[in-house]
Amino acid sequence: MMNDMNDAPSAQTPPILSVRALSKVFDISGGLLDQLALKDGRLRRVKTTVKALNRVTFDIAPGETFSVVGESGCGKSTLGRTVIGLYPPNGGEVYYGGQRIDVLSPRQMLPFRRRMQMVFQDPYASLNPRKRVAAILEEPLRFHHPELTAREVGDRVKEVMEQVGGDVQWLTRLPHEFSGGQRQRISIARALVVDPEFIVADEPISALDVSIQAQILNLMMDAREQRGLTYMFIAHDLSVVAHISTRVAVMYLGSLCEVAPAETLFAAPRHPYTQALLSAIPRLGKKKSGHVRLKGEVPTPIHLPTGCVFHGRCRYADERCVREIPELLEKDGGTHVACHGVAEERI
Amino acid sequence: MSVLLQVEDLTVNFALRTGDLTALNGVSFALNEGERLGLVGESGAGKSVAGFAIINLISKPGYIAGGRVLFQGEEISALPQEAIRRIRGNRISMVFQDPMMTLNPVLTIGTQMVETLQAHRDIGPSEAAAIAADKLRKVHIPSPEKRLRQYPHEFSGGMRQRIIIAVALLNDPQLIIADEPTTALDVTIQAEIMDLFLELCEQSRMGLMLITHDLAVVSETTEKIAVMYAGKIVEEGRTGDVVRSPRHPYTQGLIAALPQGEHRGTRLNQIPGTMPTLTRIPPGCSFHPRCPHVMAVCARREPASLPVDYPGGGQGVVACHLFDPQRHDE
Repeated sequence: MMNDMNDAPSAQTPPILSVRALSKVFDISGGLLDQLALKDGRLRRVKTTVKALNRVTFDIAPGETFSVVGESGCGKSTLGRTVIGLYPPNGGEVYYGGQRIDVLSPRQMLPFRRRMQMVFQDPYASLNPRKRVAAILEEPLRFHHPELTAREVGDRVKEVMEQVGGDVQWLTRLPHEFSGGQRQRISIARALVVDPEFIVADEPISALDVSIQAQILNLMMDAREQRGLTYMFIAHDLSVVAHISTRVAVMYLGSLCEVAPAETLFAAPRHPYTQALLSAIPRLGKKKSGHVRLKGEVPTPIHLPTGCVFHGRCRYADERCVREIPELLEKDGGTHVACHGVAEERI
Repeated sequence: MSVLLQVEDLTVNFALRTGDLTALNGVSFALNEGERLGLVGESGAGKSVAGFAIINLISKPGYIAGGRVLFQGEEISALPQEAIRRIRGNRISMVFQDPMMTLNPVLTIGTQMVETLQAHRDIGPSEAAAIAADKLRKVHIPSPEKRLRQYPHEFSGGMRQRIIIAVALLNDPQLIIADEPTTALDVTIQAEIMDLFLELCEQSRMGLMLITHDLAVVSETTEKIAVMYAGKIVEEGRTGDVVRSPRHPYTQGLIAALPQGEHRGTRLNQIPGTMPTLTRIPPGCSFHPRCPHVMAVCARREPASLPVDYPGGGQGVVACHLFDPQRHDE
């Protein structure tokens, strides 16, 4: 098992999820009065938008743990939510099991909602505080499987509770009676109870303490193995990502910089941003050694830089990077890099 | 090397209607001049309370129930509030996790910095502004004179944390207590802030007490580590020794639980259970219900702090019955 996990997915397996040129824009212009601005001596209505995702393209093969990493505000959570249909995209396509799902009506989307589930970051906000755990777990099951009898529902809830390391006695209690780690087990149980194939986990462990993080990561890895799950794992903790992922996508300012098998990415990052990001990871038992310093700060996604979004902070940037948006191109070893410097082989 | 900070048997209780809760239980450690110490532990271990207790900032219903704090030989835990206020922000500064909470959003950076300076020194506004600009330059903020006239919201998170550090530096402290200074920041910004701390400490032989949950950050920046669990220090030693060969079962579990690049995809070592809440600290050693080496004595008697040797000759302190030579296996 452990070996096949590290292998890159073979080109023959059809992907479980395909995302093509996905874009998402949030309108933050506010009310009519907020939109008015004086321009060239005239009052005009100006829309302000945040470009959260810019033409994001990737595939996830069945059985993969595909991680999306990047710093806060890079659009990784938006990507997860758009993929699963919580946000409608403004452009591009999402395919699940070969079928396009971003254009489906809510009713047509129903069967996919059972197959795709989500686990959220904050286990304090994602469980209804007024419902008992049993009700929290039974609701999705009743909704997606109206044919089940009350006894069958109860049995499946108990079974999944045990699988996540919980206790049957938890079922009669309310969310506030649990610790952060226990709540995250309940969140995972809620996702697993409808027997999904694909789970988007948005920072599932970042609200937890180190010793509890290990428990939840183990639980997720066990569930993947037992149920043949595919994960899209959104995280900012790079050492965790290095440990559990098959492939990793690095995001910066709404765009993918690099997508590569985890081992390759952490051993030999190609994109200048990936190099800077990985060099900043604090390592246990090492003396602090020079990390790649980035000049300036992340630009605002309201006014995206022209060309490569990273060019203002990149030490290799030239005139082409300012002008032209780099495409995600395949390099050797299954790595995809969006960088003119790498494409021209000067980095 | 002279001792900068000495904490002896410090205990903090919280007086509740149901009785006293012990948040900090007999904590002792020392920090030499110019030395960097990491205080690590999970949430609720009492590490922030320890930081606050050192500068006597425990507010009601909390109170210091025992022990003492010596700073440069002076017992500061016994000082009246008026006197400790002259030390806080002056000879000892603090840096907190959330820079937006620490800065006043309706005052310019300059106003806040000048105010801090004038609270401790009898100087005019232009002289104070010059010192403030100089400190901003020290934390690598470009065009500091212009920045002094700006408000906190005009800065990014990383820049705000630099400003907080500049504020902490204003009166040239001998010790900075930094409580999770990089937890709210991204990893690239975190690396820059930790670089800055290292640079500043080395420049002016300033002591640093780094309070954090992140063992990797501590291991890169500090010379000593103290590991806390349920209000007590369970292990203390040189950073390299503790990280390489931890002796206390809790430290061992904590380090083994971290994914470290090797053995990708394998199960991580997990510590079963969770840290007890302060209302339900188990009797004896508070770690015994989760400990893989638990013995009969662990549930009955609290372990004393015992000296240990690390491979390579380093010395440390561990609070665990496993290291008690007089232990009788019952």
